[in-house]
Amino acid sequence: MTTTQTTTDRTGPRHSARAATATTTAPPAARTGPLSRLGGYAGLLLVVLLVAVPLYWILISSLKERPDIYSVPVGWIPDPLTFDNYSAVGSGVAFTDYLRNSIIITSALTVIQVVLGVLSAFALAFLRFPGRSLVLLFIIASLMVPNQITMISNYALVANLGWRNTFTGIIVPLAGVAFGTFLMRNHFLSLPKEIIEAAEMDAAGPLRMLWRVVLPMSWPTLIAFTLITIVNEWNQYLWPLLMADDARVAPLPVGLAQLQDTQGLTNWGPVLAGTVLTMLPILLIFLALQRHMIKGLTAGAVKG
Amino acid sequence: MATDIVAGAPSGVAPAAPPRPPAARAEQRGRGRGLLIAAAFLLPNLVLLGVFTYRPLIDNIRLSFTDWNISSPTADYIGFANYSEWFTSSASHTVLWNTVVFTAAAVVGSMALGLALALLLDRKLFGRDAVRSLVFAPFVVAGAAVGVAFQFVFDPTFGLVQDLLGRIGVDAPAFYQDPDWALFMVTVTYIWKNLGYTFVIYLAALQGRRAELDEAAEIDAASTWTRFRKVTWPQLRPATFFLLITVLLNSFQVFDIIDTMTRGGPLGNGTTTMVYQVYQETFVNQRAGFGATVATVMFLILLVITLLQVRVMERGQQQ
Repeated sequence: MTTTQTTTDRTGPRHSARAATATTTAPPAARTGPLSRLGGYAGLLLVVLLVAVPLYWILISSLKERPDIYSVPVGWIPDPLTFDNYSAVGSGVAFTDYLRNSIIITSALTVIQVVLGVLSAFALAFLRFPGRSLVLLFIIASLMVPNQITMISNYALVANLGWRNTFTGIIVPLAGVAFGTFLMRNHFLSLPKEIIEAAEMDAAGPLRMLWRVVLPMSWPTLIAFTLITIVNEWNQYLWPLLMADDARVAPLPVGLAQLQDTQGLTNWGPVLAGTVLTMLPILLIFLALQRHMIKGLTAGAVKG
Repeated sequence: MATDIVAGAPSGVAPAAPPRPPAARAEQRGRGRGLLIAAAFLLPNLVLLGVFTYRPLIDNIRLSFTDWNISSPTADYIGFANYSEWFTSSASHTVLWNTVVFTAAAVVGSMALGLALALLLDRKLFGRDAVRSLVFAPFVVAGAAVGVAFQFVFDPTFGLVQDLLGRIGVDAPAFYQDPDWALFMVTVTYIWKNLGYTFVIYLAALQGRRAELDEAAEIDAASTWTRFRKVTWPQLRPATFFLLITVLLNSFQVFDIIDTMTRGGPLGNGTTTMVYQVYQETFVNQRAGFGATVATVMFLILLVITLLQVRVMERGQQQ
């Protein structure tokens, strides 16, 4: 830092003024020197290149004609531009079926998990019953048990029940909710006690209290929980892969891997178009609602 | 977050409260009814977690002592044979090594880069909101889709990586033939996809830190590095512990990227991690008993690591 001597006497007033107006942390003044700004923008450019270039390249490759995909060196603008790969996706595999299955599985799991998560969190935060902390531990500890450890026994169980190649077989084993319960419970506990107590004294039934008092104060967290669930379930791969043999119930990521098996290497165009179509819905949801989602992800982390 | 939700609430709700009944009676009634209602609210979730998380966790241990084809109704008890096979086979050593390398690189890489990005994008730079979204975007996309796409990105003849390296006169390494480069490739892909997570957690922690401390340090004329080490980094400790646990658990479990990029290869187990070995033994080689053994070992490792981390975290909080 070479500028510190000259800035020390100026920082005082400037900083207090900024602290009063800005909500974000004011960056130290010394960093705003021209050299440091230049470094900042160089970093920004590097980040954009590392993240955006692969995404851009996948997108344009999906819009190229087949010979252009297999040409060296790589062309950066598709010429001619074609949507043939996108229509070929549907003829390679039953893409619309996979899309339908993804929508069914994601909607069902999201509704179930949000309802179960909110009810569990409400009970853990507001109801008094023996063994409450044990129940909480039971739920949180399950976060530590990955699906990959439970899948063998679950597979055998679900196969015995005759649930393979059914939506039930994919949905039910994934329906228990630990993270969301924890997230909602922590939020419920942060609500002002006076209001909750007033509602309890009011002798409102628990469902009424949940619906009329607690949920209206919880929309941001609830939206975050819902979004995180949608993203997770839309992206499920391993369990549906084990449960589904074909396009009857398999979701998009599984269908995409199947498309890659049949067409990859020799015909990348449709595979990349399928990749773009798999990514797109979730990216659009994310771009529209990212603030809410990030709030949920960071809720437990920062307070420590 | 909580404060802005709460701010307007009391004025809206409090006046509606009618006269209160005696507190003791309400307390008693609340307790009796509470148990019943709590059961109704919690049981569905607890049953699901019990049946599909804890039951298989225990059952898995039983299965690890058997020789079993997953489609067969009966499993033969064979004692510790699976365990001695796993601990002595050289393939397992490769798998364990792959898991350690992948996990360590993924944890350190994504946390260090996430922190660097958070520090960069915490500054007032033009366009930083757009770049923040961009960095986070890959995290919401399906791992399988990223794996499929990056198989082409790393394609040896028509891929993006070989093209870019070619422009600076470097031949692309044999990503799909050399096990070390293959492991490097899946690790880089994993970090690329998951960087957004460590980034947003660190960014939130930076935004929540106490600006006064930074300013005080600045008036002390501390250098940027000293200021970071003495003032910023200690404030990031809770976020760092949180990330250490979650990123480790998540990267330990990676399946989709490996399955779509390399199928655990090249040379049989070049990029096979423990999770992938569980899948392959159980569902490809039809040795579910052995798969259950690997899964049990994996769980024990995760358990020890998590308990250690919790211990360290508790000690950190006491100080």
